[in-house]
Amino acid sequence: MATQASRIAGRLMLSPAVVLLFLWMIVPLGMTIYFSFLRFNLLMPGTEEFTGFENYSYFFTDPAFWPALVNTLTLVLGVLVITVVGGVALAVLLDQPMWGQGIVRILVIAPFFVMPSVSALVWKNMLMNPVNGLFAALARALGLQPIDFFASAPLASITAIVAWQWLPFATLILFTAMQSLDREQMEAAEMDGAGPIWRFVHLTLPHLMRAMTVVVLIQTIFLLSVFAEILVTTNGGPGTASTTLTFLVYMQSMLQFDVGLGSAGGIVAVILANIVAIFLMRMIGKNLEA
Amino acid sequence: MGEIVLSEVRKSFGGVSIIQGIDLVIPEGEFVVFVGPSGCGKSTLLRLIAGLEDTSSGTISIDGKDATRLPPAKRGLAMVFQSYALYPHMSVRKNIAFPLRMAGLPAEEQQRKVEAAAKVLNLTPYLDRKPSQLSGGQRQRVAIGRAIVREPAAFLFDEPLSNLDAALRVSMRQEISELHHTLKTTMVYVTHDQVEAMTMADRIVVLNAGRIEQVGSPLELYRSPANLFVAGFIGSPKMNLVEGAEAARHGAHTLGVRPEHIDIAEDGPWKGMVGLCEHLGSDTFLKVEVEGVGQINVRVGGDVPLRHGSQVSLAPQADKLHRFDAAGKAMA
Repeated sequence: MATQASRIAGRLMLSPAVVLLFLWMIVPLGMTIYFSFLRFNLLMPGTEEFTGFENYSYFFTDPAFWPALVNTLTLVLGVLVITVVGGVALAVLLDQPMWGQGIVRILVIAPFFVMPSVSALVWKNMLMNPVNGLFAALARALGLQPIDFFASAPLASITAIVAWQWLPFATLILFTAMQSLDREQMEAAEMDGAGPIWRFVHLTLPHLMRAMTVVVLIQTIFLLSVFAEILVTTNGGPGTASTTLTFLVYMQSMLQFDVGLGSAGGIVAVILANIVAIFLMRMIGKNLEA
Repeated sequence: MGEIVLSEVRKSFGGVSIIQGIDLVIPEGEFVVFVGPSGCGKSTLLRLIAGLEDTSSGTISIDGKDATRLPPAKRGLAMVFQSYALYPHMSVRKNIAFPLRMAGLPAEEQQRKVEAAAKVLNLTPYLDRKPSQLSGGQRQRVAIGRAIVREPAAFLFDEPLSNLDAALRVSMRQEISELHHTLKTTMVYVTHDQVEAMTMADRIVVLNAGRIEQVGSPLELYRSPANLFVAGFIGSPKMNLVEGAEAARHGAHTLGVRPEHIDIAEDGPWKGMVGLCEHLGSDTFLKVEVEGVGQINVRVGGDVPLRHGSQVSLAPQADKLHRFDAAGKAMA
């Protein structure tokens, strides 16, 4: 890519892909912004008219808005903590030489292949069900009162399910990073008198920082839009106890048929995602440099 | 302080025997070099001494105490690795202080020792840099600094210069030698480069296929190699090894003569034609095709009027001939 001609040719050949990606992004975004300024209810066709920021003021004053915002952030943060801590632990364990290593590694990654709605159903009906579930059976075997997870701790239960799904992803990324840890550094630290814990703190953790950053950034993008697990298990309830912003948008546009209000919610979610992204890049983005 | 004794040390990896019974005494304060071709087990032997690998059998004692089963940190040895193995996210200062920090020394004392080591190694201006901001030679010095501050019973070097360019290698070689003269601590140094071995060692241990071929000072090995392997390995350019009728004439199975021990003489017994002729200025290396003997490398002065195709007659110096029997052992 040295000459003027080859640079121009390069740009020309790239442009179809760039244009397509740009349209792919800008058309839905533009339409959502447009709808968010309309009074647009599917039950009253033909009455669309421009209403300014009315949809936004309804969305912000909705009694479910603040709980949804808090729930969204709690869910994201909870899952991030569980997956990063658990992922580091599993990555360190999987890095130890052991018998049946290949099979164990595949088993650890398996939950990632199960689609969200299916895994949520499995958790809801086979594990967490207060009558037929495995956890209930366990509790009864121990002589305890079975817990109705989705009634007494809905958000925590959903956090557990989502964390179970994303743990393999975190483990996979961190485990790959583990394998590039220089063995001679570990041996040097061993000779320098550092025990296993100090070696973990001073060598392994700093080495994994960059991989952890990648895990946190990618997971945050996907966790902000968690939906199927909520729909399948609690439907946002009881009350608004497990309603997230994504689910609130769904309820308003799909259950109340208010496309305008839903669009306004969507735009709020986009802005929130961007705020979170800026904060994340400020806090941990420096790990990705160099 | 610092005597290392190996007796009957063996190591095998999954049935493959890498070290096949090594007996060796490394006296206190000596600079010992393990040298040998790649795969001869020299690095493994060093790692056994360091405690990074367990011996399959035999004992290792350091300072008169049995250290065979001691963990690496308890052996009082410091090691410099081929890749330097610096901790990438720590500054030079923290890298050097790391072993002191692990030993739980107070902060002021750490500071003092780090600065003393940095002064010895000319690292003072770089103390607050990260390893990635240093050149290869500086990284090497940081690795050595990290070893020095612990004041170990012995230093272990695992091919420390092989990642450096030729000029830097020569100067680091001299720095390490000088360090040895200053500290007077036992040093064990592994290399595949016989020039490093010859220039730095008090004693050289030549290893081949997991066994010791010969132990001796550089000049002992040069003057009287115990067998064909040592004869061929020590010395540059390599010793000429002649078999057949010419060797039999001297009563040996193989006759060895170093390139620098052959003179050009009018009436020399070996007559031949010069093939390759390398003029280095100070020396000239000739490859001469000698009838009935084979190709002979000769090292002569820098100012000889020879070129490709010249006819010469050569005379090996009679008192510098090495004779080997059919088993490859040197004959008296």
